[in-house]
Amino acid sequence: MRDSTHARSTQAAAGRAGGSGTDFISLRHVSKFFGDFRALDDVSLDIGLGQKIVICGPSGSGKSTLIRCINRLETHDSGEIAIDGVRLDDSTAARAVLRNNVGMVFQQFNLFPHLSILENLTLGPVRARGMDQVAARELAEYYLERVKIPEQIEKYPHQLSGGQQQRVAIARALCMEPQIMLFDEPTSALDPEMIAEVLEVIEELAGSGMTMICVTHEMGFAGHVADRMVFMDHGKIVETAPPQDFFSKPKSDRCKTFLQQILRH
Amino acid sequence: MVMTRLLPLAALFFLGGCSGTWGWYVVNPSTAAGQRNLMFLIDGLYYTIALSVTAILISIFLGLMVALPGLARQRPPRMVNRVYVELVRAVPILVLILWVYYGLPQVADISISVFWAGVLALAISDSAFQAEIFRAGIQSIDRGQHEAAHSISLSYVDKMRFVILPQAIKRILPALGNQLVYMLKMSSLVSVIGMEELTRRANELVVTEYRPLEIYTVLVIEYLVLILVVSAGVRWLEMRMGAADRR
Repeated sequence: MRDSTHARSTQAAAGRAGGSGTDFISLRHVSKFFGDFRALDDVSLDIGLGQKIVICGPSGSGKSTLIRCINRLETHDSGEIAIDGVRLDDSTAARAVLRNNVGMVFQQFNLFPHLSILENLTLGPVRARGMDQVAARELAEYYLERVKIPEQIEKYPHQLSGGQQQRVAIARALCMEPQIMLFDEPTSALDPEMIAEVLEVIEELAGSGMTMICVTHEMGFAGHVADRMVFMDHGKIVETAPPQDFFSKPKSDRCKTFLQQILRH
Repeated sequence: MVMTRLLPLAALFFLGGCSGTWGWYVVNPSTAAGQRNLMFLIDGLYYTIALSVTAILISIFLGLMVALPGLARQRPPRMVNRVYVELVRAVPILVLILWVYYGLPQVADISISVFWAGVLALAISDSAFQAEIFRAGIQSIDRGQHEAAHSISLSYVDKMRFVILPQAIKRILPALGNQLVYMLKMSSLVSVIGMEELTRRANELVVTEYRPLEIYTVLVIEYLVLILVVSAGVRWLEMRMGAADRR
């Protein structure tokens, strides 16, 4: 039943990736200030459909701000962000493009604590997409199956472990059938023994051709999944490279230092 | 220490009587007249409750409508919220009741019944407090909830209705209960424009029976019982809503 939607996205992927070189997401000279603090400093980045980007860097380097700007949780102050050729601003066209294309997973899960897992998953499809309850339930069941917790559908978030909650959060985002998934440190709030189950789900998702931008410090995972690594520091993109080059021969000193620190343990 | 000195005094006051004897006959249920008087007093309950409940429903709605602009990022809607809250909070309820009943019909060229004048005055007066309660409740909800709602593309109204308000209302339930109790008590002020609620009835009976001590004592007990019942109801509701999810 869900195959149709996957056909849609892969078709779109083929259509767009086909030679023309148009990028699905493009950031051009994007800057963002919090007061005087320059969170993003002239960031440019292009991401094609189906690509997996992992962003890393020290805390406060602007990684989260970058993906939050792509979802318009933050509004950028200058430069331009476009998704599928639509410039992100306050227009309804921009809102529609976000609604139809972008899903997000947060560090703190941000499940709705007063709603059951089923209600968490169906709220978006029913209210924002106008789907009927029965179809939305089927959709929820399908994606809960994919994140491997179909048996938890009637429970409430607080009855689940952290790893399970984060998988529900992934399923909630998937229920909106986005083209792109944004992950903002999806495992940073988890106990160590639960990190693997969440990364596994994200890896499978990557394997299915989903476009992804993931902020994480899980370098092993990044090595498996990423097409491209992006290293940020002080609001700038310092280095971007395929993972094998990125880990074996980082060019900048800042990146070397960062990798030494993070890989030491 | 103070209590031990006050207690005998209180006992003396209630049991011994201050200036003469108690005349409980006015509300003695075993006599026909007493029973009639008692029923006359208790009948006021209907208007006290109708007045308070209608007013609080309106004030909750009004309060929410005033609270929402107070949460906006832009300055103008926040100013609207501030001005409303500060102005309304500054007017004594009794003054507002008098103004709505005697003033408003002239200004707006309408006729308004005692009941609706009372409801309107109580609701407006309370709405400023409700607005502050709602604002605090909504602000207490984690930012991540707003962001998650945004990430699944909920509209502002849907976000408030399905995500934020259900959580906020649970948190402000004790404060809402407080306001209901407050409203039940303040409804006594509507007696001044002739509303036949508990206090007005007691006043009227005092005029005919000349037994203020007994009649007002009954009035005190009426409010006490009413409010204890309401408090218990609010606590029960809190417990029930709290049980649904614990974080």
